Amino acid sequence: MLEIIIQFFADNLPMIIMLVLASFLGMEIIGKVPTVLHTPLMSGANAISGVVAIGAIILVRSASPDDYFSLGLGSVGIALAIINVAGGFAVTNRMLEMFKKKKDNKSS
Amino acid sequence: METTISQLLYLISLVLFIVGLKGLSHPETARRGNLIAASGMILGIIVALFQPMQDASNNYLWILGGVIVGSAIGLTAAKKVQMTKMPEMVSLFNGLGGACAMFIGFVEFYNLPAQTEMMSGSVFTNIFALVIGSISFSGSLIAYGKLNGSLRDSLKLPAPQVINVLNLIGIFVICGLILSGSELDMNLVIALFALSLTYGVVFVTPIGGGDMPVVISLLNSITGIGAMGAGLIYSNNVMIIGGILVGASGVILTVMMCKAMNRTLFNVIIGGISSSSSSAAAEGDQVIKEVQVSDLAIQLKYASKVIVVPGYGLAVAQAQHTIHELEVLLEEEGVDFKFAIHPVAGRMPGHMNVLLAEADVSYDKLLELDQANSEFPTTDVVLVIGANDVVNPAAKTDTSSPIYGMPILDVELAKQVVVMKRGMSKGYAGIENPLFFNDNTKMLFGDAKQSIAKLKEEVQNA
Repeated sequence: MLEIIIQFFADNLPMIIMLVLASFLGMEIIGKVPTVLHTPLMSGANAISGVVAIGAIILVRSASPDDYFSLGLGSVGIALAIINVAGGFAVTNRMLEMFKKKKDNKSS
Repeated sequence: METTISQLLYLISLVLFIVGLKGLSHPETARRGNLIAASGMILGIIVALFQPMQDASNNYLWILGGVIVGSAIGLTAAKKVQMTKMPEMVSLFNGLGGACAMFIGFVEFYNLPAQTEMMSGSVFTNIFALVIGSISFSGSLIAYGKLNGSLRDSLKLPAPQVINVLNLIGIFVICGLILSGSELDMNLVIALFALSLTYGVVFVTPIGGGDMPVVISLLNSITGIGAMGAGLIYSNNVMIIGGILVGASGVILTVMMCKAMNRTLFNVIIGGISSSSSSAAAEGDQVIKEVQVSDLAIQLKYASKVIVVPGYGLAVAQAQHTIHELEVLLEEEGVDFKFAIHPVAGRMPGHMNVLLAEADVSYDKLLELDQANSEFPTTDVVLVIGANDVVNPAAKTDTSSPIYGMPILDVELAKQVVVMKRGMSKGYAGIENPLFFNDNTKMLFGDAKQSIAKLKEEVQNA
């Protein structure tokens, strides 16, 4: 059992290093966000989690053309993730536009 | 050659995510950040469509169908949604991302080649994507239901913590069975699926009240981790790092929110503000005083400083525009009119800021907690509109109160406090608010929007 675990780490070492570094990067990037931006940041980050669409695309691409189970679930998966992506970025933009308008009013 | 090019393009898409996310954390660069992240996503998706793959049958029509349906629904929803409904919408979107990871995990199990060694990385990553994706999906749906009110108190589970622990043990046992088996037993996968979905439900159901923003942020983070899990299946770096970026930033946001409420994450997950209204001491002999709209209008007109404390009640009543009109009117009368925003007001962090921005309330009129607290002693009238728990002085004095220790807005320091509420019901957290019985507190019952509209009329006539 232990051997298998060690083997797993050995095989995936670059991946594991990447994971650890990326987690720290994520925490560093956010740092101190003003309260005003919590909602847009959350919905923007949410949209980024739609990268999972890439996985669904690869899944459908590699499925055989008569495997309707994989194709069906795969494209439903794509649709769901794309809702997250398109909707997430669009709504974040809508929110941020409102903030921007405020700034213009002030300066004009 | 093509592989290297697509890897490099993936790298660019990743950099765009990082730059975009970084931009989102500063007000001046937020909008550009969002667009940069979005272009990173588009690039990533395009590369995924054309990256070289062995024995790919491509099935572009199926992909196109999914993309078109998804973007149509997503864009329409984003355009149509009311700003007051933002928290629901974000958690629903979030759940869909989780569902995608869940489907990927499931289909990959279904397609697992017959001779696969079960104790292997690929089985492990399938399990990971399936479990995390399912938890995020069902948890987000429950959060969605709770936020739009359809699931509020109707769902009470007995001893959710016990169920949760048993459920979690079940998940680990089944994972163990799958990994140690000699070949794949699809029944085990389905059982794992069911248990994970249940876990999400039981995990979110008991949490409510002021903890809801924290839960949404946490679920957001979990979906990111689910996306990472799905990325591990395909060794796709964009998915892995993109997912982990969302996961890590979600955790940070969650922790920041917990700090704003002076609660630990553990507390939020395990406790959930229970509706123990036991601390409602000696309620009988306390009287509340109602205020007439006309009196309040005169008071406001001759005040020199007015602060509004908006809460979810304002959002529900869609009163953000009406309050802005009152603001304009009173400012013409020379009243110093401001808003005090509690970090967890509303059902999502920063939700009030978005609502008020929608109604054209200027940025510099919004006070954060500390600023507001230093201004209350010099304020003539504080209007508390549909906010309850964020102004509850029990948080400072009553050690038995579930919100004890949470920083609140000290509205009672003002000369006069007027609380607009629909009735004497308790707030979302279900606790009595001694503020209502203070000498300098008066109540104005009714729908926030109608009350403010009447108030506006009276100010105009007075």
